Amino acid sequence: MLNLVAINAAYIVAAGLFIFGLKMLGHPESARRGNFLSAIGMLIAIVVTLLSQGILTWYWIAICAVIGSVIGASAARLVAMTSMPEMVAVFNGFGGAASLLVAWAALFDAHGLFVAITVTLSVIIGGVTFAGSVIAWGKLSGVMTSRAIVFNGQRVVNSLLLLALLACAVLFCLEPSAQSPYLYGVIGLALVLGIFVVIPIGGADMPVVISLLNSYSGLAACAAGFAINNIILIVAGSLVGAAGIILTNIMCKAMNRSLGNVLFSGFGAVKTATKVEGEVKPISAGDAYLILEAANSVTFVPGYGMAVAQAQHVVCELGELLEAHGSEVSYAIHPVAGRMPGHMNVLLAEANVSYDQLVEMDDINPRLPSIDVAVVIGANDVVNPSARDDEGSPIYGMPIINVDEAKTVFVLKRSMASGFAGVDNPLFMGPNTRMLFGDAKASISEIISEFKP
Amino acid sequence: MDLMFIYLALVLVLAIFLGFELISKVPATLHTPLMSGANAISGITIVGALLAAGGSENTTLATWLGAGAVVFATINVVGGYLVTDRMLSMFRSRNEKSDE
Repeated sequence: MLNLVAINAAYIVAAGLFIFGLKMLGHPESARRGNFLSAIGMLIAIVVTLLSQGILTWYWIAICAVIGSVIGASAARLVAMTSMPEMVAVFNGFGGAASLLVAWAALFDAHGLFVAITVTLSVIIGGVTFAGSVIAWGKLSGVMTSRAIVFNGQRVVNSLLLLALLACAVLFCLEPSAQSPYLYGVIGLALVLGIFVVIPIGGADMPVVISLLNSYSGLAACAAGFAINNIILIVAGSLVGAAGIILTNIMCKAMNRSLGNVLFSGFGAVKTATKVEGEVKPISAGDAYLILEAANSVTFVPGYGMAVAQAQHVVCELGELLEAHGSEVSYAIHPVAGRMPGHMNVLLAEANVSYDQLVEMDDINPRLPSIDVAVVIGANDVVNPSARDDEGSPIYGMPIINVDEAKTVFVLKRSMASGFAGVDNPLFMGPNTRMLFGDAKASISEIISEFKP
Repeated sequence: MDLMFIYLALVLVLAIFLGFELISKVPATLHTPLMSGANAISGITIVGALLAAGGSENTTLATWLGAGAVVFATINVVGGYLVTDRMLSMFRSRNEKSDE
């Protein structure tokens, strides 16, 4: 049995390990060790808690920990890298749910207004995180439509929900008890609100939502920490909360939209973009090979379409062939390419592309005019020049990768359908653009076979 | 209680600032592992869950709530760290690649 001082001292060590772990995540070389350190911190926190005087029976703990470990470990082993956004979404939700339950259980031991307020906060944030994450998971995994679900009076309904939630919260805090009907009201309304907040957000805005829910899962843990007076929950929870907020901010900037705009308005079809006219110039895989073979520098620009087509492995193979052929190969990645921050980087790393070849948008843009061929794979809005040139375009102002400045652009695309935002893309009609129609994986495999006589 | 709250609030403020400093230095390439790693850290609620699930000899509603929280939080911790490790093991530099 450890006393309170020993336990809190161990918590400080754990907090230090979390902090060091996050610091080491700052570079790909040290990141893996950083994650390991952070896991050691977690282990220390768990072990000293188990040894504390507060634990009277291990019976339920043992059963539940085994169940959780089996589910967690198999999910971590089996998940495909293309499905990482779904996995992170659902894990965010579990974090929220755990905090909700912990705060609720805290009501049986502790009393008073302060506890009631922190429990309420934790339950609200945890509930919204859980329900919102489940919806985000549904949208990302294709269980439900990934389109924005909007209906008339949505804002009125959401405002009423929020008001009812606040009313229940106040009534509960005035007379806090674990069996208070108002507590059930708060839990139920928080879950419903979580659903309603996420359904109007479309698939392409998911990077923002996941980052925000990530932040919430941390804040829920933090609030639970206040409820049970536990310092390690507050430290770890606020580190995660800060991480999520920073990522949310980066994602919003990369789309040139405010957080409010992402959350409260489905993609506005208010503005009408200039109709793009011009001729689309298709190219065959054979001709694409001839141009690539002669190129000195090639940049691949992947988007969500690459993940859908599972084309990352053939893209990497083509990249290696081109390098062996003497051209300089890089991969330009837009911050919101894919369905979560850094999604494309993980896919390419899985396909064995080295991380020094992955270039961020701001670094590749000045180099693009001197690049011979830019190959766009399943990306659309993030390379749409109307974001730069057409003030009427709904995506005007969003920073893009200026592939149209490269000497030649190949766009790999299934058909001429427009991107998620439903915006026409003048890039496809550009004088230096050639369209390579068909499945991205099949098209690239065809080019690769040309390289191997 | 009041003084305790002030201490906890101070910890909160410092941790948030520290978090901002640390995370803003993480490169875009590592944002997905950062998120899943952060996810695992948010599983720290497991500490509260353990105390709730093992806090009484009798099985009460609080025990059930704690038990549920242990399941959720363990999934988060175990799954989060393992999947982050799996992802990070795939990030290789050009030199490491040519060593193979």
